[in-house]
Amino acid sequence: MTASLFYLFAVGLLGASLFVVLNPNPMYSVVALVFGFANLAAIYFLLEAYFIGALQVLVYAGAIMVLFLFVVMLLNVQSDADHPSLPRVFRIGSWWFGALALVFIGLFLLLVGRSALALLAPSEVPPTQIGSVSQVGEALFTRYLLPFELASLLLTVALIGTVFLAKKKI
Amino acid sequence: MNAADILSTLPELVLTVTALGLLLLEVMGKPPRARFVWVALGGVGLALGLEFAVPSEGQFYAGMISVDLFTRFFNVLFLTTAAGSLLISVPYLRRTLEERGEYYALTLFATVGMMFMAKAHDLTITFLGLELLSVSLYILVAFYRNRVRSNEAGLKYLLLGAFSTGFFLFGIALIYGSTGTTHYDGIRLAIGSGEQLSMALTVTGFGLLIIGFAFKVALVPFHMYAPDVYEGAPTPITAFVSTGPKVAGFAAFLKVIATAFAFTTQHWWGILWILAAITMTVGNITALRQDNLKRMLAFSGVAHAGYLAIAIMVGSADSAFALLFYLAAYAITTLGAFGIVSLIEGEDESGLDMDSYRGLARRSPYLAGVFALIMLSLAGFPPTAGFLGKFFIFSAAIDEGYTWLVIIAVVNSLISVYYYLRPVVAMYMQEPADESAVAVPAFIVPVLLLVVLVALGLGLFPMSLVKNSIAAAGSLF
Amino acid sequence: MVVPLHHIIAISGLLFTIGVVGVLFRRSAIIVFMSVEIMLNAVNLAFVAFSRYHGSVDGQVFVFFIMTLAAAEVAVGLAIIIALYRNLRTADLSEIHELKH
Repeated sequence: MTASLFYLFAVGLLGASLFVVLNPNPMYSVVALVFGFANLAAIYFLLEAYFIGALQVLVYAGAIMVLFLFVVMLLNVQSDADHPSLPRVFRIGSWWFGALALVFIGLFLLLVGRSALALLAPSEVPPTQIGSVSQVGEALFTRYLLPFELASLLLTVALIGTVFLAKKKI
Repeated sequence: MNAADILSTLPELVLTVTALGLLLLEVMGKPPRARFVWVALGGVGLALGLEFAVPSEGQFYAGMISVDLFTRFFNVLFLTTAAGSLLISVPYLRRTLEERGEYYALTLFATVGMMFMAKAHDLTITFLGLELLSVSLYILVAFYRNRVRSNEAGLKYLLLGAFSTGFFLFGIALIYGSTGTTHYDGIRLAIGSGEQLSMALTVTGFGLLIIGFAFKVALVPFHMYAPDVYEGAPTPITAFVSTGPKVAGFAAFLKVIATAFAFTTQHWWGILWILAAITMTVGNITALRQDNLKRMLAFSGVAHAGYLAIAIMVGSADSAFALLFYLAAYAITTLGAFGIVSLIEGEDESGLDMDSYRGLARRSPYLAGVFALIMLSLAGFPPTAGFLGKFFIFSAAIDEGYTWLVIIAVVNSLISVYYYLRPVVAMYMQEPADESAVAVPAFIVPVLLLVVLVALGLGLFPMSLVKNSIAAAGSLF
Repeated sequence: MVVPLHHIIAISGLLFTIGVVGVLFRRSAIIVFMSVEIMLNAVNLAFVAFSRYHGSVDGQVFVFFIMTLAAAEVAVGLAIIIALYRNLRTADLSEIHELKH
């Protein structure tokens, strides 16, 4: 049962992401991505990563995607439908860039595919109790204290930058 | 966490507090902006002093960072670079009426990021330090909010930087998946004892990590952002962007390879070999065709990343020491080069082409002399520090049997002489358009003195830096 | 749960590839940005799967930091896009040619 649910959500996630990449209208892309991230959150819950699943809904599908939606609306970004998406790229950085990119992507898929195959042996995922808020929280404030502080510094920098860059007049 | 932990990160704490203080000063009713640079420099100086006054050794914060001679070497280099870039920024900021607390604060935050990259002993810290550096730089590159070119450069840097972060993180994820840890020692133990889940996973992860680093230090073919970003950014920021991430990237790269992988990743040596070779060649050939000094220096920076990649690949104690020496010489001279470019630059980003340097020797002989010295050092003429750096790297590579790569590198160095000498020829052999001397603000003078000290002083009397770099590199092995 | 580990990693790899394709083949800055987000989410999925497999919480803590980074990067990126739009009135990467050569 859980397995079939997992594959269902995975299909939703991949489909939504493909839609984001292929669709010309940014507005639809944002909505599709929210849907995709909701699927991913469901996968996290199936994997018993409850804290991360909740964060996924709150931070990604919530805050970040709303920010995207806000900017799309604010700028009234036009769809680039009048140019077909794929071939146009070859004009960005000329044809060899596109060729190089495709070779690169092929190589990448090959490598990751090989790595995934290498995991065949230890196939089954054992059940554990590590995804709860208390366990992640405990790790965050003991062993990961310094990274936590650095992350707060990162957010401070982003805050300064956003206010400084986006404000019309300071 | 205990007192020893705090003491081990004291310089970083001082810089952070200084940066936050500057931000507070900025929001005061009438900010004393002319004094900001002194506050920032005071913070940097204090951090530099604490680096020596309160030395630590060992692992701190539950093994998240390790402090030793290696990190001290790089901290001193980062702090010097930060101070130099603050100094060359001041005249530019005042001329363009953009002197603000945020600028200095972001420079300091970026420096903190670099320092943590060198100190990191866990991929979590490597990643967060790298991002602290990168995000600060994205903002700094786009700092001139009303210049379209500055915005565009910032956006381009950010999008490609975020793209490369994706690869970096996927690499970490695969390494974590294979070894079950992100701690450098843990990774080494897992690989050494054969307890990793699968070799293929580790190797793929390490390859993706290489892509992430290659973006940050601008190795071909991951360099495409560099020229545009360097050209579009305000010149003092270009100085910082072309030194800071490169030095910090190579420092972290070397530490990861030496500490976490113990040079056991030969699967990728072929790829690194090719990367180094094409990086040198593409960088130098493209630099030949540039007429804009900022673009030329950008491509020359790409070429230097190629030489440095040789040192990474060779992976002996000798090459690690050579890498450190080269990075120190490269960072300081490049900083000076961009400092002088920002002086010659006129209003509205004019005066960046080769013609603006015609007859500079007659207009300002000292300035022209320093610039010529920088060019000679970057090209690798004896008796400059740049020559010694190249010599150390090449001889370390030959010792390990990379003769062909060294031959390619030497041919490349010869090619690079042509474009490095172009501004020198323009300065000394051509007639100036006007005879007026270039005004040299007092802030730039210490940077120029430092450049002379490094390029010529270390070229003639290299032993002090050699000793320090050998000791610093030694703590990795 | 009976899903084998390599299936999850394969899905994560596919998702990552979709993101890479989006970055390389699209021109709208906002869509490129969303593609980067897709890449980061692929990484997160891999981390969570491995974290569960190893029975260690480290991977999930790393996901927390990646989410922090994503938020920071998106905020700064969208601010730059707004600044650019104010100066140029476009968010289409193809219109940004001042730096092209």
